[in-house]
Amino acid sequence: MADRLAMSPTATLAVGVRAPTADIYAPQWRNVIFVAPFLFFFTTLLLFPLLWGMWLSFHKADTFSSGNFVGLGNYARLYHDKVFLQSIWNTFYFVLLTVPTLALIGLFLALCLNRRTRTAAVLRTLFFSSSVLSVTIVTLIWRIVFIPNVGLLSTIYGWFGATAPAFISDPSLAMVGIAIATIWWCIGLPMMLFLSALQQIPQDIYEAAALDNANRWQTLRSITLPSIKRTFILVIIIQIVLQFQLFGQAWLMTRGGPNNLTKPIVLYIYDTAFRRWDLGLGAAASEILFILILVAAMAQYLVTRSRGDQA
Amino acid sequence: MTADIEIRNVSKQFGAMTVLDHLSLSIRAREFIVFLGPSGCGKSTLLRMIAGLEAVDSGEIAINNERIDHLPPGKRGIAMVFQSYALYPHMTVRDNMAFGLANIGVPGKVIEARINEAARMLEMPHLLDRKPGQLSGGQRQRVAIGRAIVKEPKAFLFDEPLSNLDAALRTRTRIELAQLHQRLQSTMIFVTHDQVEAMTLADRIVVMNNRKIDQIGTPMEIYERPATKFVAGFVGAPAMNFVDATLDRYGKNATARFADGVSVQTEIASSQLTDGKYTFGIRSEDVRIVAAGQGNAGGVVDVLERLGERTLIYARLGDGQQIVGSDAGNSRVAVGDRIGLAFDGQKSHLFNETGRAWHAREA
Ligand SMILES: Nc1ncnc2c1ncn2[C@@H]1O[C@H](COP(=O)(O)OP(=O)(O)OP(=O)(O)O)[C@@H](O)[C@H]1O
Ligand SMILES: [Mg+2]
Repeated sequence: MADRLAMSPTATLAVGVRAPTADIYAPQWRNVIFVAPFLFFFTTLLLFPLLWGMWLSFHKADTFSSGNFVGLGNYARLYHDKVFLQSIWNTFYFVLLTVPTLALIGLFLALCLNRRTRTAAVLRTLFFSSSVLSVTIVTLIWRIVFIPNVGLLSTIYGWFGATAPAFISDPSLAMVGIAIATIWWCIGLPMMLFLSALQQIPQDIYEAAALDNANRWQTLRSITLPSIKRTFILVIIIQIVLQFQLFGQAWLMTRGGPNNLTKPIVLYIYDTAFRRWDLGLGAAASEILFILILVAAMAQYLVTRSRGDQA
Repeated sequence: MTADIEIRNVSKQFGAMTVLDHLSLSIRAREFIVFLGPSGCGKSTLLRMIAGLEAVDSGEIAINNERIDHLPPGKRGIAMVFQSYALYPHMTVRDNMAFGLANIGVPGKVIEARINEAARMLEMPHLLDRKPGQLSGGQRQRVAIGRAIVKEPKAFLFDEPLSNLDAALRTRTRIELAQLHQRLQSTMIFVTHDQVEAMTLADRIVVMNNRKIDQIGTPMEIYERPATKFVAGFVGAPAMNFVDATLDRYGKNATARFADGVSVQTEIASSQLTDGKYTFGIRSEDVRIVAAGQGNAGGVVDVLERLGERTLIYARLGDGQQIVGSDAGNSRVAVGDRIGLAFDGQKSHLFNETGRAWHAREA
């Protein structure tokens, strides 16, 4: 009885206003105005170059003429180009060296520095600060470290009467040297992402774990790591996309040498398109890089998703 | 398994702020104790100190005569149910319950058996393979209780476990908790600021206020013989009526006189009382509504609250003070009526300026 009395005024009200507010989530064309600026830049700066690049990759083009249609000709040339194949292998090797290391060291630093002490705050800033340097400075620093005989590494090895590994000139170590410089340069972002994920974990489940007699290792394995799984995937994907595009460090530290062993795909593209002006071939190489990154990132995403638990 | 818990002279500071100031409390084995008090009075802090989640600044806590205040939380043999439930989000219900047991190396068979037993007791066998995200608030709450039960602890600690539930579920869970206590016969400590929960569940209530314990007693002791004015005002709805009064201590029992000349003959022995300012207190159910001109005082009805089985009547006395009285459910009194108020001297209380209470002699 009381219910019905209370209901009736709202019922009449609802009938009165139903028409204009039928569905507040219904699409309204006016809303396009709000995304228009983004769409403009997205089209001119991303979509158009992407499509143009595709178009270019099917043509024999240089700076003076965007010439004849050659079909898959450029791709066939890439397939037979030893230097290109080497650069693909180099890039994969580099990604393999850097991405897991960045994720693991980033996680480790975040776990160590996720506390409220002043020292931790200082160290966080310190580890992040390398990220703000430009690639020129980074390579300069690491060349000074790696220079034979007089570099920092040689000096340190010298104290113990040993010879430092030749990170820049030794063919089997050159890529490792570039990877070390890159990891030092890029470690800030993964660490910050992990730190912010760690701070999202509610404190009370740690308290529950303490009452459940979990030791440090059990807490890490059963509480912390599962809670930041999504961030781990995110870090891996971001780093794959970034590290596939290795260019500056390789160019400035080794010029792709020795013997093209540190020449990554982007450097190959740069050489072909802007030093030999074979734009068509360069565009084709870019498309391949694009697809490689896409597949690598998607594969990571799909693998982790198919294991199937939503956290 | 059960335990008595002894808290001796415990203090706690957060920075410069003292939250608990030399508290002492002994809890008997199998007792259901409720910490009751206003928000921010330190109930959770005391509970978390017993659990080991908060360090003890000074004093001792002992369980079964063994000091435990230096032990890590897991080694104290207690289980806690959090207000937010604190379930492990990526584990199934079964794993949530097994985690604490597996960590101390309980054999798989035993874990399995205990989980099944607890799930049966809490009527949730069908939930065991779900994750917390797939459960309703009430179901999560059950899991949190189940996770505590399987540990077979010496004592259970609950920090406002019902406050996230809707009214109906809250009442039901309250009754289930009482049954659980009957069945498990463990010591339980329950924090709440809901006095109905405190009154219905507790063997003894610990009323906390302003860094200290104001009173420890059975629900009826707390209700009928509150130790301080704070307890008297905090427990019971509507709150106890308070009127400033002067005392007439010539007879065997004191007589309270209000500013406008009303006087009430109490049954509180004059010999206990000294000079000074007093506050007279009486609960609404001890103020009867009578015809105008009768009773101890007269007033005009301000507001009526019909609760069904009784009617609360807010009356304004001649000097402007408001008194809540109670009448039958079908009371004929209307707003604006002149009525008389009859105070029950046997149920009257007096409080001095420091808040200390005096009550009628016990019958
Ligand atoms: N970690 C902390 N740091 C500083 N002050 C704290 C901390 N934890 C609690 N306090 C303070 O201690 C006092 C008591 O807090 P506590 O959580 O024990 O209150 P409570 O009685 O449980 O209140 P509620 O009923 O709202 O849960 C509060 O004034 C609070 O601000
Ligand atoms: Mg609390």
